[in-house]
Amino acid sequence: MNKKSAIYYVDLITILTKKEIKIRYKNSVLGYLWSIANPLMNAIIYYFVFKIIMKFNIKDYTLFLISALFPWQWILNSIMGGANSFVGNASLIKKVIFPRHFLPLAQVLNDAFHFIVSIPVIIVFLLYYHKAPSIDWFIYLPLMLIPTFLMVYGFSLLVASLNIFFRDIQYLVGIIMALLFYITPVLYSISFIPKKYKNLVLINPFTPLIINWRDIFMHNHINLANYALTVLYSVVVIVIGFAVYKKLQVRFAEVI
Amino acid sequence: MSINNAIEFNNVQKIYYLHINIGFKELLLHPIKYKREKRKRTLIAINDITFSIKKGESFGLTGPNGSGKSTILGLIAGVLKPDCGIIKTNGRIAPLLELGAGFHPELTGRENIMLNSIILGMTKKKAEKKIDEIIEFSELGDFIEQPIRTYSTGMLARLGFSVAVYIDPEVLLVDEILAVGDENFQKKCIDKMMSFKNKGVTIVFVSHSMAQVHEICDRVARMEKGKLLSIENT
Repeated sequence: MNKKSAIYYVDLITILTKKEIKIRYKNSVLGYLWSIANPLMNAIIYYFVFKIIMKFNIKDYTLFLISALFPWQWILNSIMGGANSFVGNASLIKKVIFPRHFLPLAQVLNDAFHFIVSIPVIIVFLLYYHKAPSIDWFIYLPLMLIPTFLMVYGFSLLVASLNIFFRDIQYLVGIIMALLFYITPVLYSISFIPKKYKNLVLINPFTPLIINWRDIFMHNHINLANYALTVLYSVVVIVIGFAVYKKLQVRFAEVI
Repeated sequence: MSINNAIEFNNVQKIYYLHINIGFKELLLHPIKYKREKRKRTLIAINDITFSIKKGESFGLTGPNGSGKSTILGLIAGVLKPDCGIIKTNGRIAPLLELGAGFHPELTGRENIMLNSIILGMTKKKAEKKIDEIIEFSELGDFIEQPIRTYSTGMLARLGFSVAVYIDPEVLLVDEILAVGDENFQKKCIDKMMSFKNKGVTIVFVSHSMAQVHEICDRVARMEKGKLLSIENT
């Protein structure tokens, strides 16, 4: 009945995303710096622990870390923030009929934006290590942005929808994400993993994704098998995310 | 549905499952008990309700708390789905949001107006065209450039109402919003609703104040425990 034009939906998602971005920068002079401070600080800590103390034998370890920590930051923020994106907008969900999946979408796009604007920081580190970004990035980056977006959005929708019914989910998500961080090759290389545990790490949907991002940033290269796996995982996740959302969303307004 | 009607309810029933508040722990620890409880703990929010509201009519809903008034508004807005029965609506429906719903405290009044107008169904272009009128109606003056966390409750109510009245609805849903705001602004809201009414907008008005209901509405429904007791002309 209330058929809306495509323009309207573009306007809606734009203003919701802008809102998220604005809120992050309001009242903070160092807005942009804050969004990169977190992964950078983590990189320093991990560098100290693993390179200086544990004497990990990985070349260019700082670069190795941040090339995975920055995309991880996007994943983490979107899924953690996404968990609250319906519950935090309860009053709207109760009164207004509008595409609710735009709420976690705005969150994901906001974090995607922050990831993209943090790429120059990675370039600075590349230059420091006498490497350079490649012109191929214009192909590689979109090629990876899309499946990353789909996977993150799928997980966000999933946890956001479930969180309406079980508020414990948002705490559970925190724990699971902490666990996933350590079974994703962010701090170490996949070649370090004993054979016995390799499957455990590979079954983690974020593993091929993070490896791909690191390959692009450090080696200007994408491994095709890894990429295919990333795409496969991301499609599965977004399909599951939307299926759960579709099934549950009819009851959102009465439960929230 | 009859073309003269804006809203039709035919034998509508809405059941709430209260299990949802039992939570995750029970689901994990006592899955069988959980299933059983789930079926047991229901609440019939509205039961077998049939009525229709004509286009351009102002329809009041009164009744004690928990009688199902807000459920009916939710069903009209389409955010709730009925368990039984059929609901038909005709025309662009806009809810009048409660205090600060969808507003963000860190954004300015102006930014919140844009945000809310678009969420409520305006395109950006239309919202930009209307924003000056909205600001003027809200009487917030220079405060419009301040983050709304600095606003008083009354000011928030003004902001919310101002957006709602400018989205140009064909059916306006009002849920006890007029209880806040100073007397002056309340009067202005009532005036605005009257002018809506004169323009032929259908209004569904939930209120505890019989005086307001009588002032605005053509017909009033009295509800109790999910049942429609009576519908009277005012």
